[in-house]
Amino acid sequence: MRPVSYSRATDVATAIGAVSADPQSAFLAGGTTQVDLLRIYVEQPRRLVDINDLPLNRIEELPGGGLRLGGLARMSDVAEEPELVRRYPMVAEALLLGASPQLRNMATIAGNLMQRVRCSYFRDVAAGCNKRAPGTGCSALDGINRGHAVLGTSDCCIATHPSDLGVALVALDAVVQTESPAGQRSIPIDDFFLLPGQTPEREHPLTHGELVTGIDLPPTPVAATSRYIKIRDRESYEFALASVAVAMSVADGRITEIRLALGGVATKPWRARQAERLLDGAPATTESFTRAAEAELAPAVPHGMNAFKIELARRTMVRALESMAQREGTT
Amino acid sequence: MKSYRALRTAPSPDHAVVRGPGEVEVHLQVNGESRRTTIEPRVSLLDALRDRLELTGTKKGCNQGACGACTVWVDGRPVLSCLTLAITCENREVTTIEGLSDGDTLHPMQQAFLDCDAFQCGYCTPGQIMSAVALLAEGHAGDDTEIREWMSGNICRCAAYPHIRAAVRRVRDEGGRGDASR
Ligand SMILES: Cc1cc2nc3c(=O)[nH]c(=O)nc-3n(C[C@H](O)[C@H](O)[C@H](O)COP(=O)(O)OP(=O)(O)OC[C@H]3O[C@@H](n4cnc5c(N)ncnc54)[C@H](O)[C@@H]3O)c2cc1C
Ligand code: SF4
Repeated sequence: MRPVSYSRATDVATAIGAVSADPQSAFLAGGTTQVDLLRIYVEQPRRLVDINDLPLNRIEELPGGGLRLGGLARMSDVAEEPELVRRYPMVAEALLLGASPQLRNMATIAGNLMQRVRCSYFRDVAAGCNKRAPGTGCSALDGINRGHAVLGTSDCCIATHPSDLGVALVALDAVVQTESPAGQRSIPIDDFFLLPGQTPEREHPLTHGELVTGIDLPPTPVAATSRYIKIRDRESYEFALASVAVAMSVADGRITEIRLALGGVATKPWRARQAERLLDGAPATTESFTRAAEAELAPAVPHGMNAFKIELARRTMVRALESMAQREGTT
Repeated sequence: MKSYRALRTAPSPDHAVVRGPGEVEVHLQVNGESRRTTIEPRVSLLDALRDRLELTGTKKGCNQGACGACTVWVDGRPVLSCLTLAITCENREVTTIEGLSDGDTLHPMQQAFLDCDAFQCGYCTPGQIMSAVALLAEGHAGDDTEIREWMSGNICRCAAYPHIRAAVRRVRDEGGRGDASR
């Protein structure tokens, strides 16, 4: 780990000012990504600006029934917020199925969206990696790529986006609130996560020193009947091989509203719009679910070791939808 | 709506200054004692505890947040000291395994780990105990499934898991409180 200097900001303007003025500086929140990547030389800022004292850890009501989650709220605190659990259970479940209790006590939800990929070549400074060192090639294309993505990939990068929270947020059309010296802006979550394309080093539209101050969850009544299912190599404390966030309502056997997103299989948290279109108004049957899942995965591209993920994602989607239909059928 | 008890609170104005990258004086509150040490800002809480403050109960396993051996409490909540920079803990209360016992009297969870044979090599044990005490205090020890899930951040290479769960159950059933002696 290279030497770093340190300061602690107690107000937003100071934090933003410090980081935007120095290209070699970075925000330090929970540190669970930042310190890890500093230690293995993947991130090399020479100055850290500690933002843990900024007053951004509250959860507040938005007019019309939404919630604003402060960017510095910890994963563990957000997961336990009773109003979030009641109105957006899939967000709480996605948080609780992520990382470990210790990490969730440290990690902030803004940091969660900003976390870097877990690709082993990205984490190995001796390996070629277009994301870490643009133009050096992608070692994963012909390498160990069992955990890599099948949707949203390019010939430059196939790394899976690791966030669970992000998957629930894209299903909800959440809005990321930011602040920089240029002012405040609201970024729809769909525009926040970028596909790798030819520029995998760009993962989000933030400028250097732009701070994520909060995440808005719009009022979404259907989200009260929602869940997050995560399939992984072990039962706990592991990233997803495939995951599904689903919110669904059913009336007279037909789907009246549907929100569906995938994790573990795509280069960004993946809103399953194709499947949603097919499911909207369709009978809530396994047949519809299978057809929709297959349509969503039709463009999937396997890369050697990760071919199994296409079938796994299909089954996970069908299982998630079936479990929602059963729940809806009995209430 | 409720505003959360921050994991990190109480800003102190003089911290706005830039410190390091060389060694700087850092003031820590560990197990109820004020400690002062001179370290670079890049030093982890884990290394500061072990190499500077001679509190070697906390163990270094993977050093990348994956194993839980380095678990300590900051402001009463279990965190990983390997991914925490020591300098970020100024004005926080740090508790390590050494802070659990009351002199020679072990914390009930420490005693239960001995009685239930809840370790073999013992390397992960301090971290296991710091998580186990917190899990009871937070009410996550309802049944074995819940204990397993909430202890999953602590890996045991000897796989003493059934005995670890037995130790947690014993303290739970004897009504031993989780919140240490603080
Ligand atoms: C062993 C392990 C297992 C994990 N498992 C999972 C899992 O199963 N699911 C999952 O979703 N995640 C998982 N994670 C990732 C974890 O959730 C993230 O590391 C964490 O959420 C990052 O938040 P942080 O506050 O620690 O960010 P930091 O590490 O402090 O920062 C991360 C990055 O974001 C930037 N940043 C931080 N806050 C802001 C802000 N407010 N505005 C702008 N930029 C900011 C920092 O500069 C840095 O570049 C795991 C991590 C580890 C180490
Ligand atoms: S998949 Fe992406 S992150 Fe991994 S080596 Fe290729 S370019 Fe780098």
